[in-house]
Amino acid sequence: MIRLSLLTRGEPLSQARCSIPTSSIRRTFTPSLLSNNIRSFSTAWTLRNALTEAAAPTRPFKVAVIGSGPGGFYAAHRILKHVPQSSIDMFEALPVPHGLVRFGVAPDHPEVKNVMHTFDEVAENPNFTFIGNTSVGTYVTPGSKKADLEISDLRPHYDAILLAYGAHEDRLLGVPNEQTLKGVMAARSFVGFYNGLPCEQDLEVDLSKAETAVVIGQGNVALDVARILLTPLEELKKTDLTERMIKILEKSRVKHVHVVGRRGPLEVAFTAKELREMLQLPGTTFHMDQELLASEMERAGKTLDRPRKRLMGLLEKGIKESKPDQPKSWSLQFLRSPLGFSGDSDNQLKAIELGINRLEGDNSNRKAVATGEKEILACDLAFRSIGYKSVGIQGIPFDERKGIVPNMDGKVVDAEQNIVPGFYASGWLKRGPIGVIATTMADAYQTADTIILDWNSGQPMLNNDSSSMKNSSKPVLELLKSKGHKTVSYKDWKKIEQKEFELGAKVGKPREKFLTIEEMLRVVD
Amino acid sequence: MTILAASTRALRSAISSTCRTPRNQSILMQTGRIGSLASWNNINSNILLSQQASFSTGAVWQHGSMPRPAPGTGIKVNFVKPNGETVTVEANEGESLLDLARANDMDVEGACEASLACSTCHLILDEASFDKLEEPSDEENDMLDLAFGLTDTSRLGCQVLMTKELEGLTAKIPSATRNMYVDGAKPKHH
Repeated sequence: MIRLSLLTRGEPLSQARCSIPTSSIRRTFTPSLLSNNIRSFSTAWTLRNALTEAAAPTRPFKVAVIGSGPGGFYAAHRILKHVPQSSIDMFEALPVPHGLVRFGVAPDHPEVKNVMHTFDEVAENPNFTFIGNTSVGTYVTPGSKKADLEISDLRPHYDAILLAYGAHEDRLLGVPNEQTLKGVMAARSFVGFYNGLPCEQDLEVDLSKAETAVVIGQGNVALDVARILLTPLEELKKTDLTERMIKILEKSRVKHVHVVGRRGPLEVAFTAKELREMLQLPGTTFHMDQELLASEMERAGKTLDRPRKRLMGLLEKGIKESKPDQPKSWSLQFLRSPLGFSGDSDNQLKAIELGINRLEGDNSNRKAVATGEKEILACDLAFRSIGYKSVGIQGIPFDERKGIVPNMDGKVVDAEQNIVPGFYASGWLKRGPIGVIATTMADAYQTADTIILDWNSGQPMLNNDSSSMKNSSKPVLELLKSKGHKTVSYKDWKKIEQKEFELGAKVGKPREKFLTIEEMLRVVD
Repeated sequence: MTILAASTRALRSAISSTCRTPRNQSILMQTGRIGSLASWNNINSNILLSQQASFSTGAVWQHGSMPRPAPGTGIKVNFVKPNGETVTVEANEGESLLDLARANDMDVEGACEASLACSTCHLILDEASFDKLEEPSDEENDMLDLAFGLTDTSRLGCQVLMTKELEGLTAKIPSATRNMYVDGAKPKHH
């Protein structure tokens, strides 16, 4: 039996909505099947049929989506496609949508941003409402700013609430001086800064005195940072990199970037496209430990899968074809863990102390073990890029250790694995901050499928019948209005975007982003 | 608008006929607002036409705007849906498998609009057809490496352009979602 954890004022199980009479779907998806024999519908075939053939409730299906990045938009896309009577309100804390597609994807990867066209299509659906400039759910972190709406404000008005607000914080290294010295910053903040994320515009970025930068971490964000620092400025000027960042890069003296990881080449998290771009940087020598690569590849032998094999092949080729003594350089440094940062009397970063590791364990589970040896790496800038972290919001279960909302295929569960009816999660909040947009798409679709199945099979959600729903079509908008809160619609966003296109066109860029919420709102006032 | 469509069409056919141009030779085309030609009607800046197959995407060919071949005249292609059902459709010469799939309402994404920036149009081809094609480019392989359920005969649908030699090609559409129940992960349950 599924025990229902009733978060706050939830409906008792006995009243749970089960409004669908018998239908083909009930044979496959009775609640008892769901609870007792989860594997009985364990084929894509069954899932597919449930998505398309279900005799679903005929009243409107009201869904609130918190967050407007790919995790939210792709789920909305799928729900709107499969549940004709669904109605989706998408809440976004900023006046502008698209989350990390706008603020995370590198400016020199415009092709990745093509996904925004699909999001625009979703927004054109008459059953979709974008409610921008409206935060939902105060973070549990002490001292967090109060959100415009709490989950409890939404509950009465929706059947389902999908949490897709992503991963807002970066992970700390936990070593001395990482938060006190000038020149040490989170890669996340730097990426947000150069992509125009309003809350990161106060970041102090001075590249005019820095010659050597270190990036701690070996994922795609780390390579994005390295690439932005080393790419010829004339290339970046054609992108939507902010004018503020371009001004800073004009004064940049950065010539060398070291990308440091605690394990070996087989454990890197970046992908081939990003590595290939680094190896193609003009006037830039590439260094890495060739012997380590050779020995690690030999050790792994035939166990390497195709993607890993190709990635290692690319590194080999990079070493072989790298032109020595170019004006700029970058390197991959392995088996190094930061032990601390040190600075000069002005509190300016000067060096990182690195502990040298060796690798232990079998191929699938290689661990870095400290050897006790240390080395000092002189540098003027350091970016910690060891991952993002989600933060919990009031009234929603959160797994602090994993940094995610605990869930089963997107269905939120509490600490005891009890289902929390009507709550779902997708994107990085659901599975942690890993993967490319396609990964988030697949994952958002999975959550959407879970939601659709639950709706179609009459699983308990937040409202049991239409009588509990207020008559007004947009009670939450009315609530916000009564508070004097200004919301931003998708149409408003398109006006802001149009203005950004116009400003960009003047300087030969695809767009010039507004850097403050005030500037964004001024366009729609 | 019409001019753009026509010129894109011309460019596309020119490129298709030379076939397999170097992959990373980008052609940047400045366009204005493309208007209501299709659903992607708000492409407002540079359209990056990164190589030949890209010409088939974006504003011009979306959603069946390319005329379908008269029954019996096109190149036959079998799509195998994730549920196992096989659907036989007909392709125009030069059309990409992605466009063909979309024109026939197959569940194939193409999130990056054929700009080789994602793997969402991943298809699994029959071996014989796969062997008839030239090797995928490095850039395509980079993206295939990120695809779920990569096989030895996997290709990105946006990169496979139909020719008469490919008559009878079979393309399996992998499931768009990784269903945990199918993948074997067992959620804890009370």
